[in-house]
Amino acid sequence: MQYQADVTIELKAGMLDPEGTTIKRALEHLGYETDSVRTAKKYTITLEAESIHDARENVEEMCQKLIANPIIHNYAISLRETE
Amino acid sequence: MSIAIVQFGGSNCDLDVLHVLKDVVGVDAELVWYKEENLDRFDGIVIPGGFSYGDYLRAGAIAARTPIMNSVKKQAEAGKPVIGICNGFQVLTESGLLDGALTTNNYPKFRCESTFLRVETTDTPFTSAFRKGDILSIPIAHMEGNFYADEPTLARMEDNSQVAFRYVDKNGKVTDEVNPNGSQENIAGIVSTQKNVLGMMPHPERASEDVLGSSDGLKIFKSMAEYISGR
Repeated sequence: MQYQADVTIELKAGMLDPEGTTIKRALEHLGYETDSVRTAKKYTITLEAESIHDARENVEEMCQKLIANPIIHNYAISLRETE
Repeated sequence: MSIAIVQFGGSNCDLDVLHVLKDVVGVDAELVWYKEENLDRFDGIVIPGGFSYGDYLRAGAIAARTPIMNSVKKQAEAGKPVIGICNGFQVLTESGLLDGALTTNNYPKFRCESTFLRVETTDTPFTSAFRKGDILSIPIAHMEGNFYADEPTLARMEDNSQVAFRYVDKNGKVTDEVNPNGSQENIAGIVSTQKNVLGMMPHPERASEDVLGSSDGLKIFKSMAEYISGR
């Protein structure tokens, strides 16, 4: 089966997000008030797996080994079957 | 004695380090491509600065997972001195050879300027030629040099004298104004628990000859060479 995983990586709460802060400031210049702006990165990965469980395990491992840095990041995986 | 200088796609300070080691310090050094899996013949390793793999994903993340890093780990475990400069520091934290992580500068700007560093410990293969508290002038050039580690890790590093350099003013005082990237406790360089792996954001190879405005970085490479000779 083919699956699509949307992996979202974000800085842990409490960590400074200079990119988010800069965007917040730019929004203020445009007249928008926000409480905060935080950035995240999304990676879309398609993969073959026997089951959704296997696909999740696989992507989980990818996150731990490369895609996220557990010292500074949290990640979330959203999976769906594509065929 | 021979020192390996690791080259990844995107390394760009490799030739500067080669020049300093061969022509200024006067030791044998060799460029080694990232596909190399055996570094047994070398006595020390330098991971130079640059933008390995375009800093895609995160600075240093992809380089940290290349074949050569397994052999760098093996050599580090054998006690050989390993120094990572700038992107090399990022590679060493990403590969788990050093604690913590390097994130975007608190003011998100590429900073390329001269900084003052204070030598925090002389009990490493890279700082033995200094005196504790020496002030060095060594430039930085980075966008992601903001050192982060959680509180227990920082406390352990402090207890074990693992902070090698801090950003200070010209009188040696630690202030927020002279912290170029928001690093915790003005940390500019750290060593591993065994002290034989150093990561630093400033570029000592750019301060190794008087003609460059400072030769304060030279002693780092000289200390490393002396350590190897004495091993």
